[in-house]
Amino acid sequence: MKKTVAVVLALLMVFTLFAGCGGKDDGGDYAGTIKIGVFEPASGDNGAGGKQETLGVQYANYETPTVEINGEVYKVELVTADNESDPSKGITAAEQLASSGVSIVLGTYGSAVAIAAGPTFDSKGIPAIGITCTNPQVTEAANYFRICFLDPFQGTVLANYAYENGMRKAYCLSKMGDDYSVGLVNYFSEAFKKLGGSVVEEQFEQGNSDFAAYVANAKKNGCDVFFSPVSTEAAALIINQADAQKLGMPILASDTWDSNVITGAAKGTGLDIIVTTFYQEGGSPEFDKGIKEWIEGDKTNLENNGGNTELAAVTAMGYDAYYVALEAIKKAGSADPGEILKVLPSVTYEGVCGKVVFKDSGDADRSEAVVKKCNTEEGTWEYLGTQTVQ
Amino acid sequence: MNFFVDNLPYILAGISVGGQYALIAIGYTMVYGILRLINFAHGDMFMMAGLVMVYLAADLPMQIAIPVVIVFTVVLGCMIEKVAYKPLRSAPRMSIMISAIGVSYLLQNAALYLTGGLAKTYPAIPWLAKTVEIFGAHTKMVTIVTPILTLVLVIGLVLLIKFTKIGMAMRAVSRDFETSQLMGIDINRVITVTFIIGSFLAAVGSVLYFTNYTAVLPTSGSMPGLKAFVAAVFGGIGSIPGAVIGAFIIGICENIIKGLGWTTFSNAFTFVLLIIILMVKPTGLFGEKNIDKV
Repeated sequence: MKKTVAVVLALLMVFTLFAGCGGKDDGGDYAGTIKIGVFEPASGDNGAGGKQETLGVQYANYETPTVEINGEVYKVELVTADNESDPSKGITAAEQLASSGVSIVLGTYGSAVAIAAGPTFDSKGIPAIGITCTNPQVTEAANYFRICFLDPFQGTVLANYAYENGMRKAYCLSKMGDDYSVGLVNYFSEAFKKLGGSVVEEQFEQGNSDFAAYVANAKKNGCDVFFSPVSTEAAALIINQADAQKLGMPILASDTWDSNVITGAAKGTGLDIIVTTFYQEGGSPEFDKGIKEWIEGDKTNLENNGGNTELAAVTAMGYDAYYVALEAIKKAGSADPGEILKVLPSVTYEGVCGKVVFKDSGDADRSEAVVKKCNTEEGTWEYLGTQTVQ
Repeated sequence: MNFFVDNLPYILAGISVGGQYALIAIGYTMVYGILRLINFAHGDMFMMAGLVMVYLAADLPMQIAIPVVIVFTVVLGCMIEKVAYKPLRSAPRMSIMISAIGVSYLLQNAALYLTGGLAKTYPAIPWLAKTVEIFGAHTKMVTIVTPILTLVLVIGLVLLIKFTKIGMAMRAVSRDFETSQLMGIDINRVITVTFIIGSFLAAVGSVLYFTNYTAVLPTSGSMPGLKAFVAAVFGGIGSIPGAVIGAFIIGICENIIKGLGWTTFSNAFTFVLLIIILMVKPTGLFGEKNIDKV
C-alpha cells in the first residue's frame, strides 16, 4: 500500500516536469518569433514594483505584438523570469532567460539584482535594458543599458529639494546590503552636507518589520525630514509606524515610493510624503486611458497593479522600455543579440516619460525629475513640479 | 526623568514586542517539554494566522474574524501534529525534527503561492490600532494591551497546569514520557491539548504582532519565531515562566539597543545572547537540571 503511494507520488512529480514542455506553436502568418526577456521580481521585497513594471511591458506588447524586420512581420513573445528580488536567485533567472533564447532583456526593478545579473548577460552576449534600476553600477556591465536617470542625480535632486524647502537636518534610513537605498542615501547625504545640512544615517536589516525604534530615533534626533528610499514593502511599515508615533516631519523618498502601495498605506494618515519619480499621470492622456482600460479588463492585471488602476511611474517606464527594444530590433534588422547590441547605443526613442538617448556609458541622458506629493485624503499623487540640479 | 521620557518609546515598543514573543515562545517551550521536539513550524503557523486574518477580515466583521482565525490556527496546529509528527513518534528524534523543518517550508511556500509573494496589509482592528499618548509618547493601543493580555493568559495557563487533571497529566508526561504512559495517561490527548494551547497563543500573538507591524509576508513568521525560540532557550526550554521572562528581556533589550543608535546590532545581540546562554548556562534561567541517571 505504502509502496503504491510512493510510486504514484513519484510519477506525479515526473509528469509535472513534462507539463511545461507541451510547446504550442501559433506562429500563424508570422515569419517567426522574437523573444524578449522580462527580468523582473514577482516575489520578495520588490515583488509589487516588479509586477507593476512588468505590466507596462505587457501592455506595450499587447498594443504592438509584432515587429517588422526587412519587410517580414515577426511575432514578439515575452519570456518572464522571476528573480525573487534576490541577487543570487537573479543570476539563475538570468541564465534561464539566456537559455530560452531571448534576443534582448528588459529589467530589473531593484538595482542590486541588476548589478548581480550584469556579468551573466555579458558572458552570454545578450543586451539588457534597465528600466528603473538607478544605481550607477548597473551599466558597468558592458551589455547593460538603461532608460532612467541615475542615483547621483536623483540623490542630488532630493537634497536640493529638501534644502530649498528649509530642511536642515535629515534622518536617512536605508536597507543594509541593498545597493539601491544605500547608494541613494550616500549621494543624498553628500549633496545635502555640501549645501550646508546635517545628516543622521541608520540602516535596517533584511526581513526587519519593526520600524518603531527608527521612527523614534528620527524624532529624538530632532530631524526636519525623514529620507527613506527603501522598497515599498518596508515603506508601508514605515508609514504605519510614522503615523502611530506622530512623526511630525515630512517623509522624502525616491522613485520606488511612487506606487499605489504607498498611497494606500498613507491614505487617512495626514503624513507629508514627497517623492521624485519619472512620470506623472496625465503626462500622456492617451497612454493613461489605454493602459487603464487594459488593466481593468483583466483580473490578474488588476491584482498585479495592487487592486486599482492608479498608475505607477515604473509602469510607464516599462512601456517605454519595450518600444526602445523594438526600435533596436528594427534598427539591427535581426533578432540576433549580437547585432542588436551593436546598434543599441545609437537608438533614440520619444517615449511617454520623455526622450531616450543613450550616452557612452549606456545611461540615458536625463536632466530633470518629477516631484510628487501624496494626497493622504484621497490616496492619490499630486504633481508638485519638476526639479533639476543647480 | 528626562532619560525616561526620552527613551519611553523604545521601552514601550520593547514591552509590547516582548509580550508578542512570549506568546510564541510558550508554544515552543510547551511542545519541547512534552515531546522533546523543537517545533520549527511554530513561527510559520503564526504567519499563517496573520495571513488568514487578512483574507477573512475582507469579508467578515472583526468580532467574527478574530475567533475564526483562532479556531483555524488551533485546527492547523493539531493537523500538523497528526500528520507530520504523530506517525514519527517512535522514530529517532532527528527524524521528527526534520519533519518539522519540512512543515515549516511547506507553510512558507503555501503562503507564497497564496499571496503571490507580495506583502499583504494586515487589517486595522478598530480599538487596538488606535493611537494613544502616554507621557508624551505616541503609540498604538496594542502596545499597552499586549503585556496585560500576555500576563493574564500566562497566569491562566499556569493555573491550568497546576490545578487541573489535564495539567497534572502534562506535568507527568513532561517528567517521564514512558512511565506516564504505563500509568494510564492518554498520551495522545495530552499532546493534542499541548498543541491546542500553543496554537491558540500563537494566534493571539499574531493578532497583536501584526496590528503593530502591519505587513504579512510568507517569511514574516521566521524572525519572530527565531527570537521566540531564543527567548525559550534563554528562559530555560520547558519552563513557561522562563519563556515569558526571556521574551520580555529580549524584546526590551533589542529596542533599547536600537535607541542607543546601534540599530544594526539589535539582531546580533539576540543571537549572541543565545550563544552565551548555551555556553554558560545550557539549561537557561529556569530550566530543569539534568540529572544523570545511572
